[in-house]
Amino acid sequence: MIAWTIYITFAGAVLLLLFPGVFARWITLLTTIAGLALGVVAFVRTPIADLAHFTTIVKVPWVPPLGMNYHLAIDGVSLTMVLVTGISAVSTVLFSWDVDHRQREFFFWLLLVVAGCYGVFLSADLFLFFAFYELVIVPKYFLIAIFGSTNKEYGAMKLTLYSFFGGMLVFAGILVVYVTAGSLDLNQLAQFHFNPQLQSWAFPVLFLGFAVLAGIWPLHTWAPTGHVAAPTAGSMLLAGIVMKLGSYAGLRVAMNVFPEGFQIWSKWIAALAVIGIVYAAAVALRQRDLKFVIGYSSVSHMGFVLVGLATANALGVSGAVLQMFSHGVIAALLFAVAGRMLYRRTHTRELDALAGMNLSGALPFAAFTFVIASAASMGIPGFSGFAAEITILIGAWKTYPIAVWIIGVGMVLTAAFTLRALVKSFFSEVRVQAGRVRTDTDWNEQSITLAEKCGACLLMFATLAVGLYPKLLLDRIMPAVEAMRFLK
Amino acid sequence: MSYLELLKLALPEVIVVISALVVLAIGLTGRQRTAVAGVSSAKPPTKAAGTAAAATDWCSLAAALGVGIAIAAVLMLPRNASLFSGMLVITPLTSLFKIICLVLAFFTVCLARSEKSLRHPGEYLTIILLATVGLMLLVGSEELLMIFIGLELLGLSLYVMAAFDKTDVRSAEAGLKYFLFGSTSSAFTLFGISLIYGMSGSTGLAAISEKLVAAPAQPLLATGIIMTLIGFAFKIAAAPFHLWAPDAYQGAPIPSAAFIASGSKVASFVVLGKIVLVGFGPVHGSSAWHAMAAGWSPILAALAALSILIGNLVALAQTNVRRLLAYSAVAHAGYTLLGLVAGGRDGFSATLFYATVYAITLVGAFGVVAVVRSETGGDDVKNFSGLAARAPLLAGCMAIFMFSLAGIPPLAGFFGKFYLFSAALRAGGDHGLLWLVGLALFGSFVSLYYYLIVLKAIFVDQPSASAPPRDHVSSDLLQRRAVAALAGIVLLLGIMPDILAARILAAMS
Repeated sequence: MIAWTIYITFAGAVLLLLFPGVFARWITLLTTIAGLALGVVAFVRTPIADLAHFTTIVKVPWVPPLGMNYHLAIDGVSLTMVLVTGISAVSTVLFSWDVDHRQREFFFWLLLVVAGCYGVFLSADLFLFFAFYELVIVPKYFLIAIFGSTNKEYGAMKLTLYSFFGGMLVFAGILVVYVTAGSLDLNQLAQFHFNPQLQSWAFPVLFLGFAVLAGIWPLHTWAPTGHVAAPTAGSMLLAGIVMKLGSYAGLRVAMNVFPEGFQIWSKWIAALAVIGIVYAAAVALRQRDLKFVIGYSSVSHMGFVLVGLATANALGVSGAVLQMFSHGVIAALLFAVAGRMLYRRTHTRELDALAGMNLSGALPFAAFTFVIASAASMGIPGFSGFAAEITILIGAWKTYPIAVWIIGVGMVLTAAFTLRALVKSFFSEVRVQAGRVRTDTDWNEQSITLAEKCGACLLMFATLAVGLYPKLLLDRIMPAVEAMRFLK
Repeated sequence: MSYLELLKLALPEVIVVISALVVLAIGLTGRQRTAVAGVSSAKPPTKAAGTAAAATDWCSLAAALGVGIAIAAVLMLPRNASLFSGMLVITPLTSLFKIICLVLAFFTVCLARSEKSLRHPGEYLTIILLATVGLMLLVGSEELLMIFIGLELLGLSLYVMAAFDKTDVRSAEAGLKYFLFGSTSSAFTLFGISLIYGMSGSTGLAAISEKLVAAPAQPLLATGIIMTLIGFAFKIAAAPFHLWAPDAYQGAPIPSAAFIASGSKVASFVVLGKIVLVGFGPVHGSSAWHAMAAGWSPILAALAALSILIGNLVALAQTNVRRLLAYSAVAHAGYTLLGLVAGGRDGFSATLFYATVYAITLVGAFGVVAVVRSETGGDDVKNFSGLAARAPLLAGCMAIFMFSLAGIPPLAGFFGKFYLFSAALRAGGDHGLLWLVGLALFGSFVSLYYYLIVLKAIFVDQPSASAPPRDHVSSDLLQRRAVAALAGIVLLLGIMPDILAARILAAMS
């Protein structure tokens, strides 16, 4: 049944083209809600024992001469990702309620991204997987280049070229896997033994391809520019789900298919990830544009995911998956506040300009949301960020104790830049300089709309629920991770 | 062997020839009437134009009908037959590709019907049909002389088609360049064929192959093979024999360019595949990285590598969409050659799948270019700006074509590339062809940029001031329908590639 998330979303995209523009946002909202509902139902109804293995849902021959199947499967990791996709998608639509310019087109591209993400998280056939994976990238170009803001054409092109560069490496890796093993079925491939010499060079090609999308240092530079250029919905989807495609694929495909290659290269992944955490946090500390701060914070948080994967033990990897969920929600929330709640009203994202606006008084709900999001992002206990990062750190402690110390520095920096952004944007003491305060009249003050409140509440609920009771997800993730081959 | 039987087996070709003559006749009478009307009528321009348009319609209808009947005739051919030691061969594969060539000809006729700049549509359509006969002979023969005759018939028709727009200097340039390059390379091919004949004493591919098994590797053989291949490298526009392509694609009337890029390519790949895999089979060689061995496959590998590099890199600098398509055609010829380098049933069917998909895509892309050209008077990238607002359907179709060329799922080009590259990688043995596949992957990554530039103009850029307003539709419905149908085919073949891939594979076994 969960397979219907894909079909419904594609069907929604087609419906959009058939119906007049007035229905566009409602069609999109209903489509995404249906997707989320399917995810939640699957989450509640599927017995935990079934989620311990990559269980086939649908398997239909597709191109029999070449051994391609339309093959979908699910386990705890996939289900978690499907859930975060649903949550991000619904809130993204709610935060795009005011899009008027070429509306149908906007929602069409948006639904394509969402459908592609569902497809990636559920596919168990490498060809199908790669088809969905590439399918996500194209609509993102249009979302950003048409509907974006600051330097949008450059940002969109850079993001697309980086993504396709990664895609090219992935394509090469998949071809090698396919030609060597003669199969595209992920479950079969997870049993196949590739010779170690092949693994030692094929793994880095494949993993690096995925890691580009996950924003690994030093190939992360597309992320901040892309996030800043993107419209709010674009940044939310990009940071919320699309970056996770990379890390999910690294886990599901690269690490599972080439376990020995992974053993050889895991310390290098960990090193790059740790550099990424600290470097991105340090850069974020110096940014003036609020969206750049959040963009770099995304890179930094994705570094945690990569460290978690590199630990190669059940706890660390489960933490990484939890972090994918958690960051998906938190990043969406942060971008929603910066891009939609603030920018639409103040028309600026400059921290210095925002500092003079006394926003906490004018937009109390936005301020509240941003405080929650910042707290979650910093890893305050009680929010999902804490649960995820502490799990990763415990896992990392077993494998790379030194890395944990360095990450500690990174976490301090994270707290620093988050607090700086929070204080500057909402809570700075207004320096009244001879009446040169930009008061409410300077910008068009609208109260936060109902759609925005709903979207924000959904995201806040998700981060709190997982933060207070992480077992909700971990119970499903851990067995699935433990079943994976690279743990031995 | 009675003539009746020959006629029966060559029925599709005969039908196309007859319809060509019919079209010519209709065109001639139409022209006479137009001339008479122009002289006698009180209001000459409108009425004359009306009659001319009617004549065009009748010509196109007759041509389309002829192509349709020919397809039916192909379907009714016996499964397997061979005449005159391989001069005319009928196998499931040749029937399939005759149908594909006829379908491509049909869409070309659709494009030609809407082309305003052609003054003598009857003659033009006749030449298209004659070129189609050339394609069918080419596809349906396993004998070098017959193949050469097919090549020449096709070539001569295409030269005329390229130069057909007498009002346009570029068209003349396209025709002349195409002719000069084409006739030179034909001479090479003929010389190569004569050498091969001298060594093997036969012109039938199967007989040649038997003789070559025993023949020692010697310079004469190498010369013969290389010279033969040059002619085909020219036809498929593989670098370094691609220099005619940019001018021909840019200058020729659009239906001609579409036909040169589609039908001519598909048929050439079918024949090239037969020649190297059947005729020259025994001298295969290897182009794996550490095991380079003489034979034709390193030659093709070098052609492929050069085409991919030159095509993609030069395409980056183009500002004219037709030139861009021409250079990308060079790159695609390189990808398609990968399958032949790989050889075997898998490689050949991958090549044929890709060539077919590519041809369908390009006819569609040229259809969009034709509309844009007739609306804005040019075919530079900037003429495309804002097309999404003016004609959303066409813009969507162009996006499908461009993404299919770039190899983005779920379109046919993506499956084609996957099939092709996996066949090549498998053939090398211990990933010996990884170097070539890697190059091809890099090439398709680079190509994405220039395809995106075109799409950026269509979807992102604001329309230029001179562009016609929204819904100002000067092109007719038929052209749009043809383009939409082609886009539908590309999408369908991407989602269900089995439709074509399984047929090709089955036809080959």
